[in-house]
Amino acid sequence: MDAHAPETAAAHEPGHPSTGMYVKIGVILFVLTALEVGLYEFTYGGHASTGGAALQPFFVPLLLLLSAGKFALVAMFYMHLKQDHRLFSGVFVFPLIIATVIILALIVLEAYHFAFARSG
Amino acid sequence: MSDHAHAIEHHETSTGLDSRKLAIWTFIGSECLFFATLISNYLVHKETWLTGPGPFPHQEWVSPAGQHFEPIIEIPLVTLGTALLLFSSLFVVLALANAQRGNRKGLLLWLGMTIMCGLFFVGMQVYEFTHFVHKGLTLKTNLYGASFFTLTGFHGTHVTLGVIWLITLWIEAFRGKIPPAKSLNLEIAALYWHFVDVVWIVIFPVVYLIT
Repeated sequence: MDAHAPETAAAHEPGHPSTGMYVKIGVILFVLTALEVGLYEFTYGGHASTGGAALQPFFVPLLLLLSAGKFALVAMFYMHLKQDHRLFSGVFVFPLIIATVIILALIVLEAYHFAFARSG
Repeated sequence: MSDHAHAIEHHETSTGLDSRKLAIWTFIGSECLFFATLISNYLVHKETWLTGPGPFPHQEWVSPAGQHFEPIIEIPLVTLGTALLLFSSLFVVLALANAQRGNRKGLLLWLGMTIMCGLFFVGMQVYEFTHFVHKGLTLKTNLYGASFFTLTGFHGTHVTLGVIWLITLWIEAFRGKIPPAKSLNLEIAALYWHFVDVVWIVIFPVVYLIT
């Protein structure tokens, strides 16, 4: 890299979150991870109980919700998408939408295949 | 200096954005599709097995052939690895903040912590893979094993490459070659590292928690 690239780097700094904000996000991420594992433990894991059994229908949606929350926090604050130019968000979010559609399409296709195979 | 020469000097695109930063975001976008195919592959094949452990890696299981298999997934260990990978994302933004302020000691400390977390995660995965092989689950055992090792193995490879990248930056910083003006070098590596983290944020519940 050249020795004359100063303004480019410095220009990215001002809009970034403060150190305190980074730490707060880190704590929230840790709590969300603890909630994920706690949810698993009380629903299916070693501490599963009657109350946990009642949570089973909501287990997967809750886990996906917590996971999506963590994903969004890292992308918005640690990857600076919230502050940076919107083109970066577009370059990231567009393939992300395609990726989600690929996953959902393959799951639906596979579910259809199994249903078809069983009925056929 | 002409405008054109100025743009080349500062790696600017016609949008005024830094070309290297735009390139890493484009690369990350393509990586989303790469991991989407691996996650889809895992979800489609995780319940396909003829022999060996799985599709119930969380609990004891007797195969149709009467073979008895113990639970193979160790949630506490993987949770620790997950937590450290999340903390490493915090540490690398703290390293970046210190690099932008010109605080070399802070940069070296937090970047070093990030590298340590990454190394622990890689070590955790090596231990886990070895443990699984000893329990009878290999890449060739069944489709569950093949899709599991492919997905987590490719992620582990990305983490390993990220650790190597961060180590080279730590050496650069130690030599005093990352002044605030060049902190974008670290920001680009940090973006890659965060991406590796967000991929694991998806893999962890999908592979380890959803039974």
